[in-house]
Amino acid sequence: MSPDMRARLAHVELANPVLTASGCAAFGRELSQFFDVSRLGAVVTKSVTLAPRAGRPTPRVAETPSGMLNSVGLQGPGVEAFLRRDLPWLTAHGVPVVVSIAGSSVAEYAELARRVSAESGVAAVEVNLSCPNVEDRGRRFASDAGAASDVVSAVRTHCRFDVPVFAKLSADVTDVVPIAKACVDAGAEGLSMINTILGMAVDVDTMRPSLAGGTGGLSGPAVRPVAVRCIWQVYAALPGVPIIGMGGVATGRDALELILAGACVVSVGTAIFHDPYACIRILRELEELLEQRGVERLSDAIGLAHRALPRHRTEENHL
Amino acid sequence: MAPVQVTGTVLTIRQVDAYHAMTVVAPGIAERFKAGHFTAVAVGGAETSMLLRRCLSIHDVKPDYGGTVELVFSVQGRGTAWLADRRVRDSLDLVGPLGRPFPLPRDPVHCLLVGSGYGSAPLFPLADALQARGCRVDFILGAPSADRVFGALRARRMGETTTLTTDDGSLGMRGSVTDMLPHVIADSQADVVYACAPMAVLRSVAAVAARHGIPAMVSVEEAMACGIGVCMSCVLPVVGDDGITRLVRSCVDGPVFRGERVRFDDVGTIPFDALGAPGGRLAEAGP
Ligand SMILES: Cc1cc2nc3c(=O)[nH]c(=O)nc-3n(C[C@H](O)[C@H](O)[C@H](O)COP(=O)(O)OP(=O)(O)OC[C@H]3O[C@@H](n4cnc5c(N)ncnc54)[C@H](O)[C@@H]3O)c2cc1C
Ligand SMILES: Cc1cc2nc3c(=O)[nH]c(=O)nc-3n(C[C@H](O)[C@H](O)[C@H](O)COP(=O)(O)O)c2cc1C
Ligand code: FES
Repeated sequence: MSPDMRARLAHVELANPVLTASGCAAFGRELSQFFDVSRLGAVVTKSVTLAPRAGRPTPRVAETPSGMLNSVGLQGPGVEAFLRRDLPWLTAHGVPVVVSIAGSSVAEYAELARRVSAESGVAAVEVNLSCPNVEDRGRRFASDAGAASDVVSAVRTHCRFDVPVFAKLSADVTDVVPIAKACVDAGAEGLSMINTILGMAVDVDTMRPSLAGGTGGLSGPAVRPVAVRCIWQVYAALPGVPIIGMGGVATGRDALELILAGACVVSVGTAIFHDPYACIRILRELEELLEQRGVERLSDAIGLAHRALPRHRTEENHL
Repeated sequence: MAPVQVTGTVLTIRQVDAYHAMTVVAPGIAERFKAGHFTAVAVGGAETSMLLRRCLSIHDVKPDYGGTVELVFSVQGRGTAWLADRRVRDSLDLVGPLGRPFPLPRDPVHCLLVGSGYGSAPLFPLADALQARGCRVDFILGAPSADRVFGALRARRMGETTTLTTDDGSLGMRGSVTDMLPHVIADSQADVVYACAPMAVLRSVAAVAARHGIPAMVSVEEAMACGIGVCMSCVLPVVGDDGITRLVRSCVDGPVFRGERVRFDDVGTIPFDALGAPGGRLAEAGP
């Protein structure tokens, strides 16, 4: 029997657990040339900002071993155009929408949360905390429990009550658990992890940084072990808090790894650049893997890697 | 028509001077193809550490075996080196056709086609389409050296006139394609210029065409991560119909643009007056 793939983002039910990752599927339109986007668990939008943003100079991408660096810099149309053009398209296509929001101050996040959650068809809001805080000399909100908590509580206050808020965390911190806790204490219903990891490449032919912006965010399979580690640590510390897992998921096995570590759904990012059908394929592969393992419900697999080892196995290991 | 992903089979691969020319059976792509489209090729095989597809112009399509596409490439780095090592009957994963093709004129006008290096590759199916409409076609093809001038023979067969240039003078005139441009525009009484070449050449082509009061359709090359419009890596500053500069995606809004709309001097930067530039214009114009 095929397993029950229904998934939940807090109280919001999704038909399946495979989502797009923010910034890797734009606003869904382009992927709809390849398949019906309503087959996705949800589309997580490119992070929406208050004003239109042109982003950072090119070159914005560099390939690295099993990964890539990007410095797109949140290029996007701004919230007004998003609400006018992109959100209606997504809702008309019958796919749950998780709107990712990004601000440069607490007030901007609050305003975005208010405007976005007022629209119908928004399944959840994901708060991209990896943005420089202009009020704190450009320090990222995600690197400080206090700043992250301020943003999340403002977002929670301004978001419609029935729209769950997911705080997206960065792995670029000494310990991700206190920041996760601060976000949950501030009212986040769930957590998303991980965002890209800060990296850099230098072109040895031109002897210049490969990216115009110098540094960039590392993504792809290269970061998966870091994602698994973060999800593992946060799930252990905060069992019951739903986690949108992401970072290097390219196959059903990768998705299952994040789910076993504690993710309740997975987002697929960089893999889409290689395979436009990645989400659909990963969902099929995940379903097959669960079936092969006799798992009846996807939800039964969440955090399964944390279960205590059976006694005899433990003893054997000590022999 | 929407692009498709195809697992194709290599039909032929051969060396043509400095380039590799590869024909791949890829029916879905061939039947959707229009001149100017490109394709994104997965490189390195299933377990590769090379995550990103390599974008290559489609040089030609043929109806054989349900549809083949021909690619012409030079070895730059690891991805194209892997491609050059493919052998007949190997399979190849392609997504395409991608991008906006060259727009074709309604009337049988005079068209000058300018290609530099492998940039000549997409010009031949364009020449076919133009000639099918009764257009006159002239070529200027160039490269640093003779072995890098692609398609000289075919251009000589197809073009009303063909001008060749090399930086080192090893073939045709010494110099760059743009050195010959004013002269050929005048001689051929060109009504429009089509060009595919490195950015610096396109910039001169667009400037010369503008001086002659004729449109230039330029096919640009920017580093692309996805090729399908989802990642925002391939942007360049282009002026829209409303006069506003936006950072537009060359993979889906291009790679062909009207030359006078591309802000060549600002490629690789965020012009201060672009929509959404730091401290710049904050909102879309209009209602
Ligand atoms: C629309 C388009 C059409 C193209 N058509 C052709 C063609 O017909 N023939 C041909 O030989 N080449 C063409 N190119 C350039 C070709 O894509 C690069 O030469 C190729 O990606 C280099 O890959 P590599 O692994 O060998 O080099 P590496 O330098 O190892 O590549 C590393 C990374 O940089 C990217 N990259 C490197 N150089 C370029 C470049 N010039 N343009 C875009 N991305 C680059 C690669 O995609 C890869 O992600 C085209 C590029 C674009 C964008
Ligand atoms: C090109 C690109 C753009 C991205 N843009 C955003 C963004 O706008 N907001 C965000 O929260 N994360 C963004 N991310 C991060 C991804 O959502 C994801 O967290 C990260 O890439 C790890 O997943 P992956 O390895 O599957 O790509 C971006 C990633 C890439 C590669
Ligand atoms: S290459 Fe991804 S948007 Fe153009």
